[in-house]
Amino acid sequence: MATAIGILILVIVTLLFHFLSPWQFTEIAADWGSIDFAVDLTFLVMGIVYVLLNGFLIWVVIKYRHRKGVKAHYEPESEKLEWWLTIITTVGVVAILAPGLWVWARVVEVPVDHEVVEVVGAQWHWSFRFPGEDGVLGQTAVREMSVDNPFGMKADDPAGRDDILVHNGEVHLRNDTNYKFLLRSKEVLHNFTVPQFRVKMDLVPGMVSYQWLKTTRTGRFEILCEEYCGMGHFAMRGSVVVDENAAFEEWLSGYPTYADILAEPEPDLAAGQAQYAVCSACHGANGEGNAALNAPNLAGQQDWYLERQINNFKHGIRGSASGDTFGAQMAPMAATLIDEAAVRNVVGYIASLPVSGSPATVSGDVERGEEIYGTCKSCHGADGNGIWSQNAPRLKGVNDWYLERQIQNYRQDVRGSHPQDLYGKQMSLVSGVLRDDQSVKDLVAYINTL
Amino acid sequence: MSYVAIADRDHEQHMHDPQTFITKYIWSQDHKVIAIQYSLTAIAVGLVALVLSLGMRLQLGFPDTFSFLTPDQYYQAITMHGMIMVIYLLTALLLGGFGNYLIPLMCGARDMVFPYMNMLSYWVYLLSVLVLCSSFFISGGPTGGGWTLYPPQVILPGTPGVDGGIVLMLLSLVLFIIAFTMGGLNYVTTVLQARCRGMTMMRMPLSVWGIFVATILGLLAFPALLVTGIMLLLDSTLGTSFFMPALLSMGEISEHEGGSPILFQHLFWFFGHPEVYIVALPAFGVISDLVSVHARKNIFGYRMMVWAILSIGVISFIVWAHHMYVSGMNPYFGFFFATTTLIIAIPTALKVYNWVLTLWRGDIRLTVPMLFVIGFIFTFINGGITGLFLGNVVVDMPLSDTYFVVGHFHMVMGVSPILVIFGAIYHWYPKITGRMLNDRLGRIHFWLTLFGTYAIYLPMHYLGIQGLPRRYYAMGDTSFLDQSTQAMNAGISIAAFFVAAVQMIFLFNMYWSRTRGKPSGGNPWGATTLEWQTPQTPPVHGNWGEKLPVVYRWAYDYSVPGAADDFIPQTMAPDDVPTTDDSYHGGEGEHS
Amino acid sequence: MSFLEKITARPWEHAGEMDGVHGEYKTLQSASRTGLMMFLAVISSMFLLFMITYYTRSQFPDWEMLDDPRILWANTGVLILASIALQMASNASKQAMISRMRNMLIIGGLLTLVFVAGQWVAWEQLVAAGYYAAENPANAFFYLFTGLHALHLVGGLFFVLVLGYRLKQKDNEQKVQQGVSLCATYWHYLLLVWLALFTLLLRT
Repeated sequence: MATAIGILILVIVTLLFHFLSPWQFTEIAADWGSIDFAVDLTFLVMGIVYVLLNGFLIWVVIKYRHRKGVKAHYEPESEKLEWWLTIITTVGVVAILAPGLWVWARVVEVPVDHEVVEVVGAQWHWSFRFPGEDGVLGQTAVREMSVDNPFGMKADDPAGRDDILVHNGEVHLRNDTNYKFLLRSKEVLHNFTVPQFRVKMDLVPGMVSYQWLKTTRTGRFEILCEEYCGMGHFAMRGSVVVDENAAFEEWLSGYPTYADILAEPEPDLAAGQAQYAVCSACHGANGEGNAALNAPNLAGQQDWYLERQINNFKHGIRGSASGDTFGAQMAPMAATLIDEAAVRNVVGYIASLPVSGSPATVSGDVERGEEIYGTCKSCHGADGNGIWSQNAPRLKGVNDWYLERQIQNYRQDVRGSHPQDLYGKQMSLVSGVLRDDQSVKDLVAYINTL
Repeated sequence: MSYVAIADRDHEQHMHDPQTFITKYIWSQDHKVIAIQYSLTAIAVGLVALVLSLGMRLQLGFPDTFSFLTPDQYYQAITMHGMIMVIYLLTALLLGGFGNYLIPLMCGARDMVFPYMNMLSYWVYLLSVLVLCSSFFISGGPTGGGWTLYPPQVILPGTPGVDGGIVLMLLSLVLFIIAFTMGGLNYVTTVLQARCRGMTMMRMPLSVWGIFVATILGLLAFPALLVTGIMLLLDSTLGTSFFMPALLSMGEISEHEGGSPILFQHLFWFFGHPEVYIVALPAFGVISDLVSVHARKNIFGYRMMVWAILSIGVISFIVWAHHMYVSGMNPYFGFFFATTTLIIAIPTALKVYNWVLTLWRGDIRLTVPMLFVIGFIFTFINGGITGLFLGNVVVDMPLSDTYFVVGHFHMVMGVSPILVIFGAIYHWYPKITGRMLNDRLGRIHFWLTLFGTYAIYLPMHYLGIQGLPRRYYAMGDTSFLDQSTQAMNAGISIAAFFVAAVQMIFLFNMYWSRTRGKPSGGNPWGATTLEWQTPQTPPVHGNWGEKLPVVYRWAYDYSVPGAADDFIPQTMAPDDVPTTDDSYHGGEGEHS
Repeated sequence: MSFLEKITARPWEHAGEMDGVHGEYKTLQSASRTGLMMFLAVISSMFLLFMITYYTRSQFPDWEMLDDPRILWANTGVLILASIALQMASNASKQAMISRMRNMLIIGGLLTLVFVAGQWVAWEQLVAAGYYAAENPANAFFYLFTGLHALHLVGGLFFVLVLGYRLKQKDNEQKVQQGVSLCATYWHYLLLVWLALFTLLLRT
């Protein structure tokens, strides 16, 4: 009896759990109600099977438990019963399979009128490419990829000139539109998943896969990588923002075409030097930094990183969080650089400054720091020089007090909390590895030795 | 002609009883000793994997409180946990352990047909385990590429263990496959060639059928893993490009060109899916025998059970790509593989029906093994049902790569076979040691394990439906997950620790009962099959004493009408059956 | 009794000894042969998967064919001769012509060694011509196939040596005869595998 009750409790708990749990499908944002229908149908059919089978199990365990003098019934088999069971099972299987395949046929077949977006996955971030006016994506090749050409655009393909390159983990889409995503990976498997879209597909290096959907409501949704892609897999996040038409156009116009990028002039160092006068007050004439003014050294840092951070300051993505007092100081300074060209010029000038060492001010257990650095090196490199393809800046030679403060900012969600600061979010996720303040000091002490 | 039965070749030198401790327990060629060696090694390495899973649960349940594992270590833990559990524990224990112990005893043979090779099989297996574990101690640690070892990521920087862990993993797998092949050839040949007089194929207990077909699956499927292992090894050490396309790793363009990562996945799952049934079929077989013995009733639909095992075995080779619905392979394959996958559900469902129908109108003894049988049926129904979600390609799409998958395969490949293994140990322990396991401890162990594991895996399905992705070291703040998700994760972790602690009761019981358990006698459960009819308990070297057994009937003569006892051993001649009245049939008269 | 009849029998209907009816009461000889057959099934599975993989890969547009060395033709001839020698050894052992059997075993073994050495020469030639394994998949597959195949032959040679040792020890005649016959089967099988591999390598 107790046995049957035990199983009965489990069945009841399961049913209650199913109906009461707060963990249900997210509110759908694509026209894939048919997938949800297939899931619900499967739940229904399988729920009935679950209750019937377990109900029968509980009943027989009660009814036919051992009683003195009662012998088991002798019946080796019953062909008739087994036939019936086979038929009923087959019917049940067909009942869930047939609608499933019918929906699948829709998932596989992309409608004729659709817009194309290319999704590019790389360790451990997303970027996107729109085909531009001609509606055709230009050819790409891994061999072409470099810090200046992260998409690997083939310069000799005219179709690629008007492609709009979004080297950013946030992509916007038009509402109420069919989208075909072409999926491409730079190095390992990834998977483009937005839970609210229901569909997902792997990105496979060496080939292009696809998925399609129709957007049905505006909003900001999270992109997750759902195919294991190495140490940073869990931190490979992005955002999809579904906009109404006008907002989408405005957003898209903020990104350059490939032709724009090719046409960018070399940074004007003289102009950059003039602009840098403002910066030098705190960061020093040679970009050597000034601890008293809480301004880190800049010389030697990668230009793409500086450019991104200045833009973040300008757009309130960095320095706007409460608690980031020094970042808040930087924000108006960055605003003095009026346009993209000014930013590039200043960054170009900083790149030309001589690199000087940074004195060690933080002390800690170097050996422990080295252990911790094992996590960091997958992006920042074993030598701490940073790796462009991981979007990870140089750490070696950066003022240690600055590193310590920034890591603490990440740990306390002061930095990396802005929804558009996806690289910062990555750091704040990874900084969970540092369990206490001493760990941060140990780590920084180790970086000092690089 | 006069038969020279293999099992009768006592005149050959290696059938001499071993004399010293070393030949008896270490370099033993006795299948029973090898079975115990296999089992203990598998359980030991399984405990390592259990500890790894606890580390993972600490991280997932309390990401802010315990920074116990770094991401690298976390991914190393999931990789080793998965690989050890699937290959080095379940496969080794069910085939190397149970297969070795049960096949000769249940078939009425004195030993495996190639005892020396059988011994080698264990030692190579042990070596493969040692090679695998040695990767914990090298610089860079074991591989963290996930148990599926998908290239390119598994051999590229950015994944832990690329320095040597992956090489050791592949070497260990190659060794395991060699060991398995040596063992597997033995199991198959023994079943085909060394059954005793009267033991026709259809008189074999379903345990033997399950192990037999699973071994054939293994022999044909493991080569696929060998092939992938060798090719991956060459890719990582010699720089060939079987699976490696042109790619940009760590800011530098690699030398590789033209390989296909999807090819690896096809090969891997061509092995990987039959592997599921390599674990499941022996469990199916064992459960059929346990349910029959403890319900005092013949297994319902024996022929259907055999056909189901055979057809599952065949179909399992054409369903592999259901692991790859979202892999980027040609999506049209989805139609074919969803269909085959749901077809394989039919024979599997029939097996479940027949287990329950065996209980129906039975005389159910709620012994500890029977509790585990009922627990298994319950969890297997659950895991089978969620399998139908994931097998149906379009339903799989939102659920793939989420915790729904984790919940599903742990329910169906973790909890269910483990419950079978426990049930089987409670069932056969008296034969192996001559003593019963403690009944009260067994019951406590069962209930706590069943409720505990259910508390772990049931919620996982729902977290997955919500969209919680698997293989995430930390979630951080997300907009789509309910606030309570983290609390549930913490609850799951607590349940996991609880279940792990409960297993200590079992280990203690095994240890304690070895010397202090109630003496069991030769056939404590009143079972019909041959292993319970040995002249000594535990069976000695050679199993049967002077004379081999002769089998007169199938393995399931329970509660036969008219017979005095509720079971008739397979070795009992028709004329010797004690009867109560004339209703007993089953003598030579019916022999057609 | 056919397999189908076997597995549709209703075992509960017949109680009794059934000796001979299902005559599945075998000798060591047939067990070894069954074991070998199962082993060949395992190797077949492995080589078949390799070949399917290879063929699929060769259909990609970037496939570059490899210039198969001429010496492979000669090697093939040698392997055929080795297989014949093994078969003659097996025939001789059945007629209890021990010295003839020994000679044929030695000849077969030596021919096999020549074959393996020939494959090595083929490798050397390819490397000299600049076909490195890491260069492209066709090359890598070539080295992999020939290497694995030769490895299986070397494994077979080990068993021939064991047979030789047993002959010297004047071991049980029946066992030696059985061993020679199994070796012959194994050699024929590896010859077939080689012919299949060779055809595939030539065609793509």
